[in-house]
Amino acid sequence: MDLTALLLSRLQFAFTVSFHIIFPSFTIGLAAWLTVLEALHLWTGRPAYRRVFEFWLKIFGVAFGLGVVSGIVMAFQFGTNWSELARMSGPIQGPLLSYETFTAFFLEASFFGILLFGRPRVPPWFYLFSTGMVALGTTLSAFWILANNSWMQVPVGYVMENGAFVPDDWSKILFSPVLWVRFPHMLLASYITGAFCVAATGAWYALRREFAAEARIMLRMGLYLAAVLLPVQLLFGHLNGEYIVHHQPSKMAAIEARWHDEKPASEVLLAWPDVENRRNLFAITLPPPFGSLIDSDSLTAGEVGLDSIPPENWPPVLIPFFSFRIMVGCWLVMLLVAWAGSYLIHKERIEQSRLLLWATFFSFPLPFIATLTGWFTAEVGRQPWVVYGVLRTADAMTPFLTARTAMISLIVYCVVYSFIFAFGTYYIYRLLRAGPAGRLALPPAAAIPNRPMSVVDEHRLSQADHHVPAGE
Amino acid sequence: MVMFWVAILAISILLYVLLDGFDLGVGILFGLTHDQTRRHAMLSAVAPIWDGNETWLVVAGVILWGAFPVVYATLFSAFYLPLLLMLAGLILRGVAFEYRYKTERMRWIWDAGFAGGSLVAAFMQGLTVGALVEELPITNGQYTGGEFGWLSPFAVLCGIGLCLGYALLGACWLVKKCDGDVPEAAYRLIPYLSVGLLAFLVVVFAFALAENLRVVHRWLERPYLFVFPGIGVVAALVLAVSVRYRRDGPPFYMMALIFAAAFGTLAISFWPYMIPFSITIEEAAAPHSSLAFMFWGAGLFVFPLMLVYTAISYIVFRGKVRPTSGHY
Repeated sequence: MDLTALLLSRLQFAFTVSFHIIFPSFTIGLAAWLTVLEALHLWTGRPAYRRVFEFWLKIFGVAFGLGVVSGIVMAFQFGTNWSELARMSGPIQGPLLSYETFTAFFLEASFFGILLFGRPRVPPWFYLFSTGMVALGTTLSAFWILANNSWMQVPVGYVMENGAFVPDDWSKILFSPVLWVRFPHMLLASYITGAFCVAATGAWYALRREFAAEARIMLRMGLYLAAVLLPVQLLFGHLNGEYIVHHQPSKMAAIEARWHDEKPASEVLLAWPDVENRRNLFAITLPPPFGSLIDSDSLTAGEVGLDSIPPENWPPVLIPFFSFRIMVGCWLVMLLVAWAGSYLIHKERIEQSRLLLWATFFSFPLPFIATLTGWFTAEVGRQPWVVYGVLRTADAMTPFLTARTAMISLIVYCVVYSFIFAFGTYYIYRLLRAGPAGRLALPPAAAIPNRPMSVVDEHRLSQADHHVPAGE
Repeated sequence: MVMFWVAILAISILLYVLLDGFDLGVGILFGLTHDQTRRHAMLSAVAPIWDGNETWLVVAGVILWGAFPVVYATLFSAFYLPLLLMLAGLILRGVAFEYRYKTERMRWIWDAGFAGGSLVAAFMQGLTVGALVEELPITNGQYTGGEFGWLSPFAVLCGIGLCLGYALLGACWLVKKCDGDVPEAAYRLIPYLSVGLLAFLVVVFAFALAENLRVVHRWLERPYLFVFPGIGVVAALVLAVSVRYRRDGPPFYMMALIFAAAFGTLAISFWPYMIPFSITIEEAAAPHSSLAFMFWGAGLFVFPLMLVYTAISYIVFRGKVRPTSGHY
């Protein structure tokens, strides 16, 4: 494969946006869960809720900081690498991202400061309010990003004028049915991610026989929540499929590796799609009408195959096909773990079932993998279009960008991101390993908001306090 | 509507330059000392507010995209490498803020990242402004300069100039915010930095005249522009007197005024161009439906809230930073 500027730019965007999404998908869910914890603490007065809250707040801080840092790059990249897209869709995407910055970033920043350092200075109800505002900020941010991306998937409410997308109906853009199934899908993914990370941490402590009260809270809340949300996620995933069938037949055909029009259609469960010869090797297939049933809720509906789409409009088939199956596979494993775990919790036997605790512990990467592969399906499946059906990715790139320049920037981002990611995850690991300390460290008097990652220090200090006398 | 967004953009960029300017400046000065106590005091003086300061860069970026998409597309793609290096610098510097206290052994890496990242970011910002003043090669609204079309001795000079300017602004901030021996060290640096900045301004003017830059003609056409350098000179005099008598408060405000005057000079000599002298504000503006959509929510209601928030965080963290207190 030739390393053209186009390919390198796509790789760079894929790399930076994939890196970025890991952190928001974690923090959106975590912010909501922190709000619930704080409310429970206020309501019941149980100190364990408070300890769990303080503990997860530190982890939230590091992940939030990495999300912010990697997000700034995204705001620039549309202009640097995709100047044609930026120029043409700026009148629509620009205002949407402006709303994100204006409404979400400042909400998050201001109330996050209170969350970190404001507890001694504000009444409890206001602290709870601040927690809710941070959660609202992260959610708003997700909304505007999904509004933006949904418009690229199914462009609505615009007219073309002088080679630019000019919005003529914002209500169509903001109330697009596509947006309102994709936004909940992402929100649920974030909540499930948060739930599984929390449950996995609880399982880890249960396996180590430490922090019993906290581990119990984490396991219960995490697994119960996941057990309820995962079926709902299936519903929204299905609704997403419906918009794809209606609006993006080429993506659906690739996801299903469906080469020919079928009526009613069969469903390929697993296969190796042979793009060259337009067929599937080693296919495990459900007979008709399962394909029509899954894609169109119908026993008789015809489904479009890649044959009836000009090959120059095909997405790469393998990536959407496999990433979709990986996503669904992760969902299935999570569902089994969450339901089995919830059952054992209900029977008060989970702490004795080491098998299930290990399974819960090892399933913490699954929601991240599912989120990433879900986005791969959506974004790679949209190719070769950047604005589906209207603007090709190849025509969206900065016209004069050279392969050498794109290579330099790709390398710089890879190096810088790997570097900060390695240290960030190391600090999160260290926080998790240390566990929720019994001592409720109050922030120092001249504490400093707006510094997400510095929460880690508090733990560092409390460790230092602990070690110095021991050393003497 | 267009003028409203020009005003909001101008306010956001000016706020960014003033606010992130001083903390980038502190970052640059950070590299000049090895004394751990001083380094700690310098960090504490910017730690509570740097993150909010940097958000104004994102604000300016997205306003540019939403309200003036042509400018966003043209400039960001033209300044591909400078922006890449600026972002890398800002990332390393932002992370360094947080990571340096996690380790003793690796601290030198984060310290180098902090000083180096600040320096690179400041330099790249100055360089892009310089390249704009000198005019980017643009034909028919398309950038035609290639990979290094922005690179010129003049642009490099402006990069160095902005580093000096930010360092000076940072020194004035340290004088205002710090106790102990940091202000005295900053006071001693201010004259050198000022002379350096002055020398830079003289060279830039000579260069502009020698190269016969179009900006110079603007000055002759619009003599009222000299009001701004006038303000700058007065501010510089007050600055000199305050430094002479070691008055901690005024230097920062005077330096900020000098920056504002320089910003005003540039903005008005570019007017009505957004990319001098090829794309005007009217040509760059997004369609009315976009500007109105942004105006009736983000512009009218949320923007004032953002200003209030910024004001509040400065009010909460007003006064001198005590070297003994602070987060660490």
